[in-house]
Amino acid sequence: MDILSRIAQELEAGEDERVAELTREAIAQNLAPKEILDRGLLAGMNVVGEKFRAHEVFLPDVLLAAKAMYAGLDLLKPLLIRDGVPPAGKIILGTVQGDLHDIGKNLVGIMLKGAGFEVIDLGHDVPPARFIDAATENGADLIGMSTLLTTTMPVMRQVVAMIEERGLRGKIRTIVGGAPVTAEYAREIGADAYSFDGSHAVERVKRLMAEA
Amino acid sequence: MRQAVNISAADVIPEPEAVLRGLSVPEGVAADLRFQRLLRAALDILTARSCPAGLFGEIAADEFGYVYGGSGSNDPDTPLHHIYPKATGLALFAVTLGREVSREIDYLFHVREFALATILDAAASQAAELAGDAVEREFAAVLAANGLFQGETRLLRYSPGYCGWHMSGQRALFDRLRPDEIGITLRESFLMEPLKSMSGVIAAGPAAIHDFEDVFPCCAGCENPTCRERIRRALSG
Ligand code: B12
Repeated sequence: MDILSRIAQELEAGEDERVAELTREAIAQNLAPKEILDRGLLAGMNVVGEKFRAHEVFLPDVLLAAKAMYAGLDLLKPLLIRDGVPPAGKIILGTVQGDLHDIGKNLVGIMLKGAGFEVIDLGHDVPPARFIDAATENGADLIGMSTLLTTTMPVMRQVVAMIEERGLRGKIRTIVGGAPVTAEYAREIGADAYSFDGSHAVERVKRLMAEA
Repeated sequence: MRQAVNISAADVIPEPEAVLRGLSVPEGVAADLRFQRLLRAALDILTARSCPAGLFGEIAADEFGYVYGGSGSNDPDTPLHHIYPKATGLALFAVTLGREVSREIDYLFHVREFALATILDAAASQAAELAGDAVEREFAAVLAANGLFQGETRLLRYSPGYCGWHMSGQRALFDRLRPDEIGITLRESFLMEPLKSMSGVIAAGPAAIHDFEDVFPCCAGCENPTCRERIRRALSG
């Protein structure tokens, strides 16, 4: 088995130290960093994502795989930057103002990074303007908002409206999620996408990026 | 009467199996060895970091009606609206695990221990429920001491944010119970700090008072009807 397939396989098994070791080896063999990323790390993570969606593996497995993904990505990142390889997309992520629930948003962030996106996590209790300021300052493609409370859902609407007001519609897209949020609510407030979990969020974001 | 409840960390440590269910790992799926180790580590951290505290205050039905009315934002009809007037005992309650657990979860995410952080989070959510159980037991003991606990008496908890009881009801509940005494504060969004906290009312009475059909406005959009299991347990004793 070639080294990239081995990276993918060890990643699937969540073996972070092995993934780091093999990535180092692949770099030493002068394989292109983008190849190592695509055919090694991302290939492995894709399989994990598919198996998770098919209920063949579960959240803890995904999280162990994500940790292994980062172990490899940390080594590759400087080389990808050196080679001018752009990330799959840049995403601003946060839990909206008034809410402190973090865990769902964190999981979404892990999965998005695992799929090769650059994620700038603003944490929780994020005021509407901060999402947009961060997006414009960092040249982000997308804003992801999370909330677990009905009382803070209107903040999502404010962010979408503010994007419109600032003439950024189409330039910055939005994806929303969290327990009380539905696809219908996302449509109602004019968000571009919704997902009920992290792994489907990756699919939605990929689709949005392809449409852009 | 209003009473703080001493809860030890040991009282709130969930069963490993329950934590797995909380992580949506289906029953019958065995966790591998590595995962079991993480699970044990999470429960050790939870034992070391949680400072559970609870509080309850008995309240008469008419006074509770006022608290329940809150800011007038409840659904037009709710299960609790029919339950509380039939209760033989009511107590507002609040519990928390303290701040440290949430800090630890944040820290673990920060250092990329994602799996451990997520397991700890799920375990801590269950620990908050177990802290609620501890307060409920204490209230049951008070009822029993006053001869108000009969054979068919069942206690169940109801919380703002569930079953048509609007989240804004937290304000009236807090004004009356004052959980700041055990370190819980309320934000404008009606979220409590620390995060791993719970509030609500414990209703005691014959099992049948807790039984309701899912015909209320809140039932229509409910994706997580945990009430069914709670009612089943109440009715089966
Ligand atoms: C566990 C839990 C708790 C725990 C702790 C919560 C925590 N996370 O720390 C405890 C028991 C302490 C608790 C307490 C309370 N809770 Co609670 N709780 C839940 C529960 C059952 C699960 C939340 C959770 O942790 N999920 C696990 C994570 C991984 O999932 P997630 O956050 O939803 O994220 C996933 C998706 O939503 C999505 N996603 C999330 N963000 C994003 C963002 C983007 C961009 C995308 C694409 C996707 C996405 O992907 C994530 C990964 O799969 C939910 C019900 C539910 N089904 O969600 C209620 C829920 C959030 N709680 C609720 C309530 C009302 C409360 C209380 C107010 C009750 C009370 N009066 O005591 C308190 C409030 C606590 C406080 N501090 O104020 C309500 C909120 C309803 C409302 N009206 O707003 C809910 C929705 C239950 C309900 N009624 O249906 N709770």
